[in-house]
Amino acid sequence: MSSPTLLRFTIGGYMLLFFLYLFGPLLIMSITAFNTPDYPQAAPWEGFTLHWFGVLFADENMMRGLGNSVAIGIGVVCLSVPIGLAGAIVMTQIYSRARGLYYVVVISPVLTPGIILGISTIVFWDRFASTIGAGYNSVFYNGFVLTVIGQASFISAYSMLIILARLQRFDKAQEEAALDLGASFTQVFRHVLIPFLRPALFSAAVLAFLSSFENYNTTTFTILAKTTLTTVLSGRIRVGMTPALSSLAVCIIVITLAGAVVYEILKRREDARAAERARTARMAEQQGMLAVGEPVSQAV
Amino acid sequence: MIKYLLFFLPFIVVAAFIVMAARDRQRNRDAATIGFFRRNGPVLSTYFMVAVGFWTILIIVLPQLYMVEYSFRHNLTAAEVGGPKDVYTLANYHFLLFGRPSDNTAMNWLHIAVFFRTIIVSALVTIFDFCFCYPLAYFMAQVAKGGGARLLILCLIVPFWVNELLRAFAFKILFATSGLIDTLLMSTGLISDPIDFLKHDIGLYAGLSYAYMLSMIFPLYNAIESLDRNQIEAARDLGAPWWHIHLFVVMPFAKPGIASGCTLVFMLCAGALAAPQILGGPSSLWFTQLVYGWFFAAFDWPRGSAYAFALLLSCIIFVLAMLRLFKVSLTEIAR
Repeated sequence: MSSPTLLRFTIGGYMLLFFLYLFGPLLIMSITAFNTPDYPQAAPWEGFTLHWFGVLFADENMMRGLGNSVAIGIGVVCLSVPIGLAGAIVMTQIYSRARGLYYVVVISPVLTPGIILGISTIVFWDRFASTIGAGYNSVFYNGFVLTVIGQASFISAYSMLIILARLQRFDKAQEEAALDLGASFTQVFRHVLIPFLRPALFSAAVLAFLSSFENYNTTTFTILAKTTLTTVLSGRIRVGMTPALSSLAVCIIVITLAGAVVYEILKRREDARAAERARTARMAEQQGMLAVGEPVSQAV
Repeated sequence: MIKYLLFFLPFIVVAAFIVMAARDRQRNRDAATIGFFRRNGPVLSTYFMVAVGFWTILIIVLPQLYMVEYSFRHNLTAAEVGGPKDVYTLANYHFLLFGRPSDNTAMNWLHIAVFFRTIIVSALVTIFDFCFCYPLAYFMAQVAKGGGARLLILCLIVPFWVNELLRAFAFKILFATSGLIDTLLMSTGLISDPIDFLKHDIGLYAGLSYAYMLSMIFPLYNAIESLDRNQIEAARDLGAPWWHIHLFVVMPFAKPGIASGCTLVFMLCAGALAAPQILGGPSSLWFTQLVYGWFFAAFDWPRGSAYAFALLLSCIIFVLAMLRLFKVSLTEIAR
């Protein structure tokens, strides 16, 4: 703490540098989407145009890829969230000697490079199909199915970690109370555990969809003859630079920002509601204690 | 033969564990432990077993095993399968190390150089990201509290929902010849001739460091956030200089976070495909591009599998080294 001003100056400079690095490239790219020249350039500025958005939406391959990406995303959500839920519950109940191995197996996709997940998926199902004698137009060579399966390997692990984090805060007393009142384990699962896990299930679904939507490394191998937004995009960027791609980035940034704002509002409302509930509970408790502790004054 | 043996291997392991669990339960009988099937009922038990079995065996374990098995095979046409050439071989790994027998160099220097370049650059990117992100993670976790920290987190997350490809594209715009940085440097008179940043891979290094910053910052933030501020105050009261506090108080505490961030960044970087494809110079390759080439340019899947396995192996070695170095368990890393 030799000189506070110097320290503050350093911190300020560092923060400036950090956020310049973070936002600078995206900002420049966004500017090129509105500039007229047909090569993405931010300076010199030659005039404002929305032409490149029109070019983007008229691009049929890109739009077909977008549709495929959404369909695959939904498929991944439908597969990964149930698997993640089962994986998390099995984690809490599994035979203790098997738990270490089980953990390593289910976490490994998170720590494996995406291209290896893609490669192993296509190789395995290719071998499987050739062993049982299925042809090239069978389900084992369908780019959609393989992509959903390949992405599900690590997205299920994400879902499991999210659900597991909430499951660890589950109060066992709730389950025991339900069991004492005569509920079966299946009923406890449906009426106690699932409602408790609902926020985690929702987060897992959102994260699964977004991870699937922006995945490139696994998809580029598993998609085979089909296309998604990311595979079309990678082809376009390598062939040539056009501001239409910048305009796609602008669309994604705007949607993300809107999503972030909505999330923040929902979060604040949720927090406020939780605080309200806590206060009501506290007040009720205090009144109850008053009622027990001072029966005379209550009677009067 | 091995093909079929491999297929049943995971099922045998699972069956062995189920038998062991049943025997253990029988030996120390007490009312508190209930078997998995009795506890969850037939419907839920089936759902759990099928979902987890499908995931672990058919999606995770078997594909990996078969990728490794495939890498020890020749690239055969459909007609040759089952014929005399359908045998196990080390040819693909031999090629990675020594190249074609007809080559006049002893080793396959081209591919070995690409491999080591990938590993070394990934390690350097990891170190850079750690140094660059640590101060902000510390600031978010210990200095800015409540609303400010949440706003910072939101600011960090938004750029990272933009596709990896588009982020690389942004860097390409920035670093292109007569792009913005070039123009800026020329107009200030720092350089006289345009520099080809992409050819010298400066764009690639910047893009890679950028792409995986978030995977570094969040594990660090989570780890540092749980540090009790009183510990820092105590160290400061006892006269420790600021770098002492970070080196001997904060960092040892945040060890799991550091290990986790470094592992993730290294792994993502070594396995990156989009950034090298878009930002890589014309004469330099990333190891993943070689793998991609074997699959989609040469259509030699076994050799591609062998290269992929080499990459996977180096990532596993790196993860184990990090675990050993930081003395943390895998449970602490993957959170």
